[in-house]
Amino acid sequence: MPINPGWRTRLLPHTNRARRNLMGYLFIAPFLLGFLLWFLLPTATAIWMAFQDWNMMTPPRFIFLENFASLLRDELFWQSLKVTFVYTLFSVPLTMLLAFAVALLMNTKVRGIHFFRTLYYLPVVVPAVAGSILWAWILNTEFGFLNILLRAVGLPKVRWLVDPNLALFSLILVSLWGLGSTMVIYLAGLQGVPDVYYEAADIDGAGRWHKLRHITIPLMSPVIFFTLVMGIIGSFQVFTAGYLITGGGPDNATLFYVLHIYRTGFKNFHMGEAAALSWVLFVIIVALVAIIFKYIGGSVHYGGRES
Amino acid sequence: MTPSSKPTSNPSVWPGDPHNHAALRRWRRFVIWLLLILGASTMILPFLWMVSSSLKDQLSVFMYPPQWLPDPPHFENYIDVFVVKPFHLYVRNTLYIVLMNEIAILWAASFCAYGFSRLEFWGRRFWFSVVIGTMMLPSVILIVPTFVLFSRLGWIDTYLPFIVPAFFGGGAFNIFLLTQFFRTLPQELADAARIDGCGELSIYARIILPLAKPALATVAVFTFLNAWNDFIGPLLYLSTNEKYTVAMGLALFRGALLQTRWDLLMAAAVIMTVPVLILFFFAQRYFIEGVVMTGLKE
Repeated sequence: MPINPGWRTRLLPHTNRARRNLMGYLFIAPFLLGFLLWFLLPTATAIWMAFQDWNMMTPPRFIFLENFASLLRDELFWQSLKVTFVYTLFSVPLTMLLAFAVALLMNTKVRGIHFFRTLYYLPVVVPAVAGSILWAWILNTEFGFLNILLRAVGLPKVRWLVDPNLALFSLILVSLWGLGSTMVIYLAGLQGVPDVYYEAADIDGAGRWHKLRHITIPLMSPVIFFTLVMGIIGSFQVFTAGYLITGGGPDNATLFYVLHIYRTGFKNFHMGEAAALSWVLFVIIVALVAIIFKYIGGSVHYGGRES
Repeated sequence: MTPSSKPTSNPSVWPGDPHNHAALRRWRRFVIWLLLILGASTMILPFLWMVSSSLKDQLSVFMYPPQWLPDPPHFENYIDVFVVKPFHLYVRNTLYIVLMNEIAILWAASFCAYGFSRLEFWGRRFWFSVVIGTMMLPSVILIVPTFVLFSRLGWIDTYLPFIVPAFFGGGAFNIFLLTQFFRTLPQELADAARIDGCGELSIYARIILPLAKPALATVAVFTFLNAWNDFIGPLLYLSTNEKYTVAMGLALFRGALLQTRWDLLMAAAVIMTVPVLILFFFAQRYFIEGVVMTGLKE
């Protein structure tokens, strides 16, 4: 070959690297473009909007922090915040606790585990709209299935969705119907705990409770932590149940935060204030997740499982 | 029955008596099984109530005590639903969105995942952490500015808001899932193809994609579910009745019927739920795998 070998070692790796970079960016280009168009652009728009008085029809007017000031004065803002916090505070831990209990029961090598897993997971795939309408019917005061059951055992009617003190509680109850997705994650985690740990504990004469406390829960803690964080992020975004089952009522008792954003922006056309509300929600979720990482993240036990 | 020779107060951890032990275990198993049955019935009863109500007539839905098996069953409810509202149009519209989403997401997500899993390039780790970041991001906080963006583009009352964004990456969750799967595929096949002069594009299309069928099936199943179930999107972007999706049609159906025709409402809810359940029963493995994969891989 006429080309001296030094040329190859000096230049080819260089061009090769450039070509590799080019190929890499070519393949991830759809994501990068999407990130720019459907994430960065809306984010920038939202920053701009939060400082405008704008109804999308007349020209926007710069009002600086007035949107934030007016939402702090708005009773409905505080109400929606309260509703969403209370919902999260009960729905997430209850779902986790029940899902964990069911997963533990299933992990005892009981007969028909696949069948049970299917039944518990089934509600998760039901469309939110169909599920919401179904529950509105089941929780109906006069003719609902739940009150029929109560009547059958001689108990009085409960005004599940009509009583302002009960409506949010009823929706928390409905959210438990979807514990199957958390349960499936726990079950997979439990099945990944190596038997040798339990066998070692058996030799030491450890009881069931000891094994749960000192083997199962520590080894499951990354999974539990993950479902906690995702559960909170998801629960702050609840919309359909409030919109369709109760319509935010009665007396704003189920006015979820996102429902409040929806009404502010798309019913009352206060687009600037809706953007400000979205930013507040974002800050709240990030702050909550940060707090959880700081105070609970430390007790998560990593490295128990090889994966 | 358990023998009377019980030397300790806590028999469940006392291993000395095999007979006692076996009886206890059987008893424990029975209790666990009973609890599971009880829980499963709670999960399933709402479905049965939905189907039962959908087969009643206008008045018998309100009857007490209720009939589980309506006599006679009013199957014509399932036809009346289509008469009252053009549900056949809603189904067609939704299937169109589903199909376009499948094409867009299966292509875009696998394409990006190939880059993240199989190619070495500058900034790869950074961009992959961006993917994970957007996966955790609460998506609703962007609905307001996104609506403004789409209305500026003139996309209101079209299907473009549901379809076009899917071509751009196909969703962080799907990219993540496929990247994780592609990483588990053996490197040797691709290396051999590369030596034979195969380009990255044909390695992606001819080697990786065929090997990744299970993961692609998981993505396809979740794509169907998301597009079929989506409510907030159609609620924001669609305004013409003929363009509605099933979710949107069902939601408006509720308002239009003023909560008096629960029989028809339940029939419509069944119509919306059945395709999802059929898919679930046939592709259960992929559902569970998808859920587990997001939960267990850090």
